[in-house]
Amino acid sequence: MDEAITKKTLENGLTVFLKEIHTAPLISSWMWYRVGSRDEVPGKTGASHWVEHMQFKGTPQFPANVLDKAISREGGIWNAFTSFDWTTYYETMPADKIDLALRLEADRMVNSIFDSEEVASERTVVISEREGSENRPMFRLGEAVQAAAFRVHSYHHKVLGDMADLRNMTRGDLYNHYQTYYTPNNAVMALAGDFDTAQMLGRIEELFGGIKRGDDPVRLQRSEPEANGGIRLSVEGEGDTTYVQVAYRFPSAAHPDFFPLNVLDSLLAGASNMNMFGGGGISNKTTRLYRALIEKEWCVSMGAGAQATIDPFLYQITLIPRDEHDADAVLAALDVEIERVQNELVSAAEVERAVKQARALFAYGSESITNQAFWLGYSEMLADYDWFLTYLDKLAAVTPADVQRVAQQYLRPNQRVVGVYLPVNGEAKDD
Amino acid sequence: MTKQNSALPGSDDITRVELKNGITILCRENFSSPSVVLSGYLSGGSLFDPREKLGLADFTANLLMRGTQKRDFQGVFDALESVGASFGFSGQTHSVGFGGRSLVEDLPLLLDVLSDSLRQPIFPDEYIERMRAQYMTGFALRAQDTRDMAEMVFDGMLYAGHPYSLSSDGHPETIAAITRDDLVAFHREKYGPRGMVVTVVGAVDASSAVAQIEQALGDWQNPAQAKNIVVADMLPLNERQQRHHEIAGKSQSDLMLGFLGPKRRDDDYFAASLGNSILGRFGLMGRIGDVVREKAGLAYYARSILSAGMGPGAWYVSAGVNPANLEKAIELILQELDNFAQNGVTEEELADNKANYIGRLPLSLESNQGVASSLLNMERHQLGWDYLRNYADTVNAVTRDDVLTVAQKYIQPERVTIATAGP
Repeated sequence: MDEAITKKTLENGLTVFLKEIHTAPLISSWMWYRVGSRDEVPGKTGASHWVEHMQFKGTPQFPANVLDKAISREGGIWNAFTSFDWTTYYETMPADKIDLALRLEADRMVNSIFDSEEVASERTVVISEREGSENRPMFRLGEAVQAAAFRVHSYHHKVLGDMADLRNMTRGDLYNHYQTYYTPNNAVMALAGDFDTAQMLGRIEELFGGIKRGDDPVRLQRSEPEANGGIRLSVEGEGDTTYVQVAYRFPSAAHPDFFPLNVLDSLLAGASNMNMFGGGGISNKTTRLYRALIEKEWCVSMGAGAQATIDPFLYQITLIPRDEHDADAVLAALDVEIERVQNELVSAAEVERAVKQARALFAYGSESITNQAFWLGYSEMLADYDWFLTYLDKLAAVTPADVQRVAQQYLRPNQRVVGVYLPVNGEAKDD
Repeated sequence: MTKQNSALPGSDDITRVELKNGITILCRENFSSPSVVLSGYLSGGSLFDPREKLGLADFTANLLMRGTQKRDFQGVFDALESVGASFGFSGQTHSVGFGGRSLVEDLPLLLDVLSDSLRQPIFPDEYIERMRAQYMTGFALRAQDTRDMAEMVFDGMLYAGHPYSLSSDGHPETIAAITRDDLVAFHREKYGPRGMVVTVVGAVDASSAVAQIEQALGDWQNPAQAKNIVVADMLPLNERQQRHHEIAGKSQSDLMLGFLGPKRRDDDYFAASLGNSILGRFGLMGRIGDVVREKAGLAYYARSILSAGMGPGAWYVSAGVNPANLEKAIELILQELDNFAQNGVTEEELADNKANYIGRLPLSLESNQGVASSLLNMERHQLGWDYLRNYADTVNAVTRDDVLTVAQKYIQPERVTIATAGP
């Protein structure tokens, strides 16, 4: 892989990553801010996501309507995402039109208006977004499991925020959040595509160099203490379907154990595809959990995965039991497989297979320039770009003994939260 | 520096070969990444479903890879997953689709799985029953999904009396009625090489890809293969119709509201497509998004969709709104539709949307999958092999009058179909 990149930090602290790719006349530009739901205290949950929405509501130079039309007119696509740890905005444009995106991002780093009426109408939009999520049983179960897993750390709440806060937050709360975190020294810009690096860097300095450095944001320091035992909870709701979610503590992306756990995940439940663009992943029908739970007819559906995060988050396994089985029965079947990876070494061939799968996913992801620019910034949010570059090497270095060790260390019953969604229409299957 | 692959695919660099048994092969080379996409379609869609066994086509497609004469289910997926490849079939209305991708050295494996699954699936009883259980869970989930149910009710009303009104997934009683004999017979009578299209896009020479496909599928014959079904056109509805499907305990209702629309091959397709973009796509969901989301704050999403395929299309608005705001949202959307049909679009809106269509074309062709689906589209709808190169001219030829004419033809608020699902 040709991985020549340029990294430069401007005087105001804005870090810029550039990667020339000349396979198509496109450029993808991403602006990443180190702010997400992890930075929110009770009363202000959902602020990062709502601020992300407000960033599309205009500046004096680019009023709301002008903004989206301008990007679309030039044949660009753009969007934004808010996560636990970061908020990001991207535009992918025909190469000769990218200047619009650069000017837009420079402008809305400081000049967003947060008009009171716009805040009011967006309040109902984010409430509606949350209501749409609440329609799904898995959202409600996942929210309860997450809250139970984190009593202290701000990973306690969903990115969308709690309904009470969405109803009560003020324009001032949102604007303050924006001013605190949207500074060049709290941002990383990443571009990939059909440009000349020196020229692009010059233009970025011109547009962003004059933006004043802000105070470094004060971060919440609330590490989650070790769990003192397993937690079991249930959520009740409409429907006929039972869901079971099992959540284990999982280390941060930067932790060395992230990689053996990644291999473990691949062989338990299937390779996780971390590409944000570049199509679907690889099926999981030969994984240990599929064979043990679906093929043995305990469950109709099984999925699992972890997110790469700054602080330790969760490894979540989600199961839908077959009608004739209750939650305890499928949990017992799951535990047999968990204990098997703890007690017996996996084969070297299984580890190699996981590495090959990851290699293929990276190759698929490299078809998309947008996805390549995504990785530049994303890896920097979690660790650094080296984390991405050495990802496959670190996976390749994992041994069967590593896999066994992390299975023993992280997949412990007294460290997990088990959540069961009990449908009230049908027969509860948890008794 | 890699070779710039920015030229749009066209008649001089798309390879198209017809095999004697009726299979059409389409290839385009792209050496910018070491991967390859294999996709296509063939006969065997849900139009063949008997009324009492709706879902039969989908069920059949879902079982093709659950065991063949050559490999059992685990064997099929072990071969694929071991090399990081993916492959699958999906039942559609007019056809069965297939698609997958792999690193380029594993293209022979993808082709082998394709050929093996199509020609010698064995439909093991245990997988039939396991799949049936999955369908039943799927139906329980669907019954609780406001968007799925709004869509089902909408299709049922809009396409009343037409095969498009039927669910291609089926229903609990129709899936329960399907036997192994039905599946075997469906496969035997409906699947075959005639009308099949196979496309390969990626880091492989076109001539080599063609040879590999011919080797895998060139000797496939099925004299019993049934003729394809052509669906009838539909007359516009006579009056407004509205139905609500109640699902208790939901925070949000889903709404679908709209009309019949053009077919993909109709002459007024592009005018309708640009009109729809202005109505509910461009920028942040067009005029509909502006009125319902941006100004009134009534919904997280509210957009319009033009669904145009082989048969009569649908042109509709889809939105998720708080149950208390449902009537208000419907009223706002109908006003906007009325305005659109009365007054059409402005010159500026049309120019913006044309620029958007032309500008985003390279982005849609960035990945192998994007190119493959574009080739399949050109073949299926006979758009011509220079379709992409003529695209800008085709788009630019659309006038405001064309948009107004097509809007008035299809969008008649007094004959709207409205489906809602929620509490």
